[in-house]
Amino acid sequence: MSITLGGVAAAPELPDVLPPRRARGRVMRFVVQHPTIVAGGLLLGVMVFIAIFAPWLGTRDPEAISPIYRLRPPQAAYWFGTDMLGRDIYSRVIYGSRVSLGVGFSVAILASGIGMAIGVVSGFVRWLDMALMRIMDGLMSIPGILLAIALMALTRGSVYNVVVAITIPQVPQVARLVRGVVLTLREQPFVEAAVASGTRLPKILIKHIVPNTMAALSVQATYICASAMVIEAILSFIGAGTPPTIPSWGNIMAEGRALWQIKPYIVFFPAVFLSITVLAVNLLGDGLRDALDPRLAKRL
Amino acid sequence: MSSNLLEVKALVKHFPLKGGLLGTRRSVVHAVDGVSFHIDRGETLSVVGESGCGKSTVGRTVLRLLDPTQGEVWLGGERIDNLPAGRLRPLRRRMQVVFQDPFSSLNPRLSVGEIIAEPIVNFGLASGSELKDRVAGLMDKVQLPRDAMKRLPHEFSGGQRQRIGIARALAPGADIIICDEAVSALDVSVKAQIVNLLADLQDELGLALMFISHDLAIVEHLTHRVAVMYLGKIVEMADRRTLFAAPHHPYTRALLSAVPVPDPAVKRQRILLKGDVPSPIHPPSGCRFHTRCPFAFDRCRTEEPVLRERAPGQTSACHLDEVPEAA
Repeated sequence: MSITLGGVAAAPELPDVLPPRRARGRVMRFVVQHPTIVAGGLLLGVMVFIAIFAPWLGTRDPEAISPIYRLRPPQAAYWFGTDMLGRDIYSRVIYGSRVSLGVGFSVAILASGIGMAIGVVSGFVRWLDMALMRIMDGLMSIPGILLAIALMALTRGSVYNVVVAITIPQVPQVARLVRGVVLTLREQPFVEAAVASGTRLPKILIKHIVPNTMAALSVQATYICASAMVIEAILSFIGAGTPPTIPSWGNIMAEGRALWQIKPYIVFFPAVFLSITVLAVNLLGDGLRDALDPRLAKRL
Repeated sequence: MSSNLLEVKALVKHFPLKGGLLGTRRSVVHAVDGVSFHIDRGETLSVVGESGCGKSTVGRTVLRLLDPTQGEVWLGGERIDNLPAGRLRPLRRRMQVVFQDPFSSLNPRLSVGEIIAEPIVNFGLASGSELKDRVAGLMDKVQLPRDAMKRLPHEFSGGQRQRIGIARALAPGADIIICDEAVSALDVSVKAQIVNLLADLQDELGLALMFISHDLAIVEHLTHRVAVMYLGKIVEMADRRTLFAAPHHPYTRALLSAVPVPDPAVKRQRILLKGDVPSPIHPPSGCRFHTRCPFAFDRCRTEEPVLRERAPGQTSACHLDEVPEAA
């Protein structure tokens, strides 16, 4: 049986084959379309490489003290100079990348995971939503750094505690973002279709809800990573963060602060590394945001 | 009775509107107010009406995507409106849905094969290579290319996506498919394709269809019976021939007069309704249509008309019994 509607004939059947997908030229097109992702990704890749291969990059023990060689300006033997205890700043900066990147990535992953769980629960379980969101509002009303300082004051200084102290203030932002996305997703026809075709709630969450929050979440995670690295440096700088025995960019800057006017290179090198890393992560986040969801650009 | 696949009795769906600080209940949207109908095996019932008349709410309530406020829904002799979720789940297999928007009704992150396989897996109907064969068979049935299986929905056109949606609805072997404006978002030529496909599938599989639409031109081509809804109530129900040839209710006639005829030589009398659909929060007293009805008189404002048989297979809710001759 075949019909015509209002004089318009049914369109001819579609060809049986779809145009093949082109694999070649994909890399080049990606570079042209998303220059910020590529730039940010490459820069961050270099930083990750440095952090992983720190011992093989011409470094020496970052904690070895040699008072005879203290406060040397940058030279062939000490590329970034030495500090007031004669420690090699180059080695300390390279090893310091491990703390910054480690803290940044851990906080991003932890805050995303916890925030995602809270967001999905409050988006789906309406009676819990009110309570959870008021707790999140309460956390958000305290400045993140202040909360982190307060949390650090309660505990011993260790990298682990720093990660926890930075993660807690970041969770509410993720939770709110995910909750918002979940609230729009649960009304989508494809979720209703899944319900109608007998999908159980856990499977709906895992297959239909969570994967569709990933775009927004990954963008948010990069921003959290960047701000976590800055907050770690700030905490270390004011002495409330990573213990001074571990070289971190914040610690190196804190130690060089007193000599800032006469030996600026002590502060200069860790500061440059921190800036470049944060820039790389932010570039990556901006690029991801534009590539994944242009509408998000206005919201974040 | 036993041939009635789906039976809906006096279905009511009200949405409370919450307002104020404490969420105190203020007013109620009367989306569906006492709707009854039945659909036999292999039959198509179209539900038509303006947007906001509650026709989609009927579909979603029948599917138990919404819980009814009152009334009964019987599917194949079993009452489903009050079943708890766990007992309802196996029955969902028999009743599936195709939505209006072919873009938002498919999960953008799942491949076409996964989308079509989901109901089969959910109901434990097949697995492994059998599952794959079944999905491939369904894709043939809706005339999708086989190599579409591994692709994501965004690679397809609107018409092709709607075929994916239809394949998903067919997957668990449903007896009835509720098409909620299933072709409204498509181009006319693609619309015709999908309507043809649905009609072919109905012939082949003996499917019952509940076809929710605002487009009478489409409905005329594929339906057996038509229910016309206005503001949450069915105002007229008749088989296709009777409804299109001799509509009784003034609202039905107004709707029919708005269907475009592709022949400039045909002159028709158009019935233009004044005003908008009244708010379903405060529906008019008496006949809900009296505020816009060109024939309304005193009785219409106070007494609500009931559905009464006007001709064999035609019921209408109107006080004007002599209207067909008067026009």
